[in-house]
Amino acid sequence: MSSDTKKVLFGPVVDNNPIALQVLGVCSALAVTSSMENALVMSLAVMLVTAFSNLFISIIRNQIPSSVRIIVQMAIIASLVIVVDQVLKAFSYQLSKELSVFIGLIITNCIVMGRAEAFAMKEKPGVSFLDGIGNGLGYGAVLMVVAFFRELFGFGTLFGVEIFQLTQNGGWYQGNGLLVLPFSSFFIIGLIIWAIRQWKPEQVEKD
Amino acid sequence: MEHYLSIFIKTIFIENMALSFFLGMCTFLAVSKKVSTAIGLGVAVVVVLGLAVPANQIIYQAILAPGALDSIMGITDPKESIDLSFLSFITFIGVIAALVQILEMILDKYFPALYQALGIFLPLITVNCAIFGAVSFMVAKNLTLGESVVYGVGSGVGWMLAIVLMAGLREKMKYSDVPDGLKGLGITFITAGLMAFGFLSFGGISL
Repeated sequence: MSSDTKKVLFGPVVDNNPIALQVLGVCSALAVTSSMENALVMSLAVMLVTAFSNLFISIIRNQIPSSVRIIVQMAIIASLVIVVDQVLKAFSYQLSKELSVFIGLIITNCIVMGRAEAFAMKEKPGVSFLDGIGNGLGYGAVLMVVAFFRELFGFGTLFGVEIFQLTQNGGWYQGNGLLVLPFSSFFIIGLIIWAIRQWKPEQVEKD
Repeated sequence: MEHYLSIFIKTIFIENMALSFFLGMCTFLAVSKKVSTAIGLGVAVVVVLGLAVPANQIIYQAILAPGALDSIMGITDPKESIDLSFLSFITFIGVIAALVQILEMILDKYFPALYQALGIFLPLITVNCAIFGAVSFMVAKNLTLGESVVYGVGSGVGWMLAIVLMAGLREKMKYSDVPDGLKGLGITFITAGLMAFGFLSFGGISL
């Protein structure tokens, strides 16, 4: 793998993370992170939609008139999300109920639009596809870290498997009630951002 | 009347779009640096939500809902009943995008001062997940036309309240000594988390 490909694919994970640095796609990051399973499915869905919307938009980028490009991008993204939603409903109905409106909200997830606008409109299809996968990975990484802390310390489980036995089941671990509530992910993401910026000081914002 | 009032209060405080469902977070975090711009964006969101939710309600109930087209097409056999609800995502986003465009043209022609003030925010609203989220919730809650008007305006007002409060806090925060890594985005996340914590207390109100 050449270094350019590597940069496009893995750059968004830490160096140019969509959530921590570009402030894109925060909405769903907060609401679906109560369990690792939900977070994983959501990350996969976003990754697929971003990758394929980048690919298709990049293929027709020279044919799209710039005045209607937003509508064209929207139509492509919405069709992809419908496919994801229908597949999920067919194969995992319970999960699609739990994620409820958030699958639909991938359409307005700024990562997808943002990458289409900033990357796919300028670059070749192959690279754009990788960029979509990369940004999906960056998004997924943050989601999984948040879900890891919330599920482990909130419910004492990981992917539904018991790690810490809760007191109500006769164990020793008292679940943290704060982490069960959705807004706790604000604090966790804030702390993740702090950690990343401590590690990569060039990301610190100037006044 | 009482029914509508309770929906209104509920959508503003208890089911606040930004702080309870975390919708519209991208713009909530990115455009909350100054109170004046926050108010401008807030007003635009109220207007678009107030129009988009009822408009989509009419379209959904008249065309997309399972069995809605049966009487027009003369279908009596329930097996042949038409269910277009899988098209709802793409229809909603199309309607929202079209509404925003029309609103932009009307404001430009008849209220140039307001158009200037809102400026870049109007087109941005198309991808604001608060709009799409409210429309999806309208379908999930199965609201009537009257309820959907109240629901749209109420959730807009709630979102505006949240972003204006946030902007006020961030303006004051300029004078505080925040650790380097937390500056900007990090501390904004944690502040938003604390605000959501505060809004949680409205959950105790029973209407």
